[in-house]
Amino acid sequence: MSDKRILELERKIRELKAFSDESIDLSAEIEKLEAKLQTLKEQVPPMPSVPDDWDQVKLARNSKRPYTLDYVRLMMDDFYELHGDQMIGDDAAIVTGIALFEGETVVVVGHQKGRDVTENIRRNFGMAHPEGYRKALRVLKLAERFGFPVISLIDTPAAYPGTEAEERNIGGAIAQNIYEMFKLQVPIIVAVIGEGGSGGALGLGVGDRVLMLEHAIYSVIPPEGCAAILFRDAKKAPEAARAMKVTAPTLLELKIIDEIIPEPNEGAHTDHETTALMLKEALRRHLKEISRISIEKLLAQRSKKFQAMGIFEELEETHARE
Amino acid sequence: MAIFKKKYFKLSLDQPTNKDDETLWLKCKACGELVFKKRVRENNNICPKCGDYFFLTAPERIQMLVDAGTFEDISKPIGAADPLGFVDPEEGPYLDKVKKAQEKTGLSNEIIIGKATINEVPVILAVMDFRFIGGSMGSVMGEQLTHAMRAAAHERRPFILISSTGGARMQEGILSLMQMAKTLSARRMLEEAGVPLISVMTYPTTGGVQASIASVGDITLAEKGALIGFAGRRVIQQTIKQTLPADFQTDKFAYEHGFVDKVVNRENLRQELSRILRFFAGIARQRREPVSLRILSPARKS
Repeated sequence: MSDKRILELERKIRELKAFSDESIDLSAEIEKLEAKLQTLKEQVPPMPSVPDDWDQVKLARNSKRPYTLDYVRLMMDDFYELHGDQMIGDDAAIVTGIALFEGETVVVVGHQKGRDVTENIRRNFGMAHPEGYRKALRVLKLAERFGFPVISLIDTPAAYPGTEAEERNIGGAIAQNIYEMFKLQVPIIVAVIGEGGSGGALGLGVGDRVLMLEHAIYSVIPPEGCAAILFRDAKKAPEAARAMKVTAPTLLELKIIDEIIPEPNEGAHTDHETTALMLKEALRRHLKEISRISIEKLLAQRSKKFQAMGIFEELEETHARE
Repeated sequence: MAIFKKKYFKLSLDQPTNKDDETLWLKCKACGELVFKKRVRENNNICPKCGDYFFLTAPERIQMLVDAGTFEDISKPIGAADPLGFVDPEEGPYLDKVKKAQEKTGLSNEIIIGKATINEVPVILAVMDFRFIGGSMGSVMGEQLTHAMRAAAHERRPFILISSTGGARMQEGILSLMQMAKTLSARRMLEEAGVPLISVMTYPTTGGVQASIASVGDITLAEKGALIGFAGRRVIQQTIKQTLPADFQTDKFAYEHGFVDKVVNRENLRQELSRILRFFAGIARQRREPVSLRILSPARKS
């Protein structure tokens, strides 16, 4: 895709060239337009083409990307981490805590991946058990008690598909979080910072605003899972990702997210500081906007926002079957 | 835009939805015995030889639960769209798959919603049909469930949800994931109107539906033989590289781990629901002002 003005100039030049073939010499005119085209091309950066879904999956999974605690360190003035669901234990795949953001107290919840093997084992590659979601819910309730706005950062391949997770009702824990987030009487801003994997992502994903980093992905099932079920081969994940369309521009078009936050250079992994600055700016702006709305109205809008999601065809009703 | 809209058929229990095929015998998946189909049908689709359950279609399920002649389809006339242009490598375009499912089942959608009475108690019910693309939840199911819960809240009728689903409908990508959020946001209407959600999980209740609306019942039942869980058995086995115990994600498992209030035999389900409904008989007399109804519902303009 290219700038409209560029396309228009190129069309004009083509027309003039075709015309000048016959008898009139228009080369001076053409030269002028070509010079203009050249300056315009230098001014206008090329529009990003629609990114390939699988390339984005790989970028979103890049292990050098900033993770939740990196953003917290780079955007917040102080972060006091809270641990444990007060029932089973502390799930390190989700971090929660209280922080100072631009001088205001906020609550942060987010998935946390590890940087190296040891940390990844401890954090289970960012795949949470039910106790992670229940810890988040406990801290969300804390936010509600004191009127602290919530910032939720999404970065998980999926909720953990394991025996103990199932025994402790991972599905029920996710359902409970989603439901409670619709009732939580404080502003919530969600940002998908890396992988938005399925119900595991949505379990922290209900908010008044949902933002997404440029190279993050968000999908109903990890591409490998979709490939294994529909394509009968987990190795066909690239095809599955392209079929499901998991990138930020598609999600913006489908009105699942509200804004795409641009990443520097080739992606967030190349420059943590700038990425955090971009995210901080967006969070500050949206927080300011929604903080002005009364909580009753905000909750109604939050429900309405998600009730509007979905695309179907209206049909003509007939009672009798032919 | 098309000038002629496609037609939408509502369900009528008086008319058969699909021609019952000509075979007289069914093979039970549990005991392997050939059993006379008529006997199976008369026996709530339970194998007369071993007691194992055959699949129930949504119309059969409704017929089994509600008072005869009281069912009225209240679904919205909507059908699946294909916003992603999804092509299934084996079965072709998504909408072809939907069409095939419609032909196979005689149903418009994977979920039927309607009003009826159960032992004379008015209810709204939503019943999924597993034959229709695995009873999976996409934009249509999300909208129908929202519509059903709105009706239940307005009319102060208990809402009964009978799940039979593999989970989210992958062919609608992220939109199907968001139906989990959509249905849970709609569930607020029931809570604020003081209307109970009775969730019945049958074989199977998994994935995105188990991780959303099916798991937030005021009372939650499992039908005997149900499969209840979030991740699929194969995925878990691949992750943990261990064989799973035989009772993993079964009705018994769900009960022992505290997901459900009770496991109920199919032949007792109607009686069980009727008993539960009696406890909520007083809700119609309550005067509660449902906040989200006021704000959310276009149907109640004042």
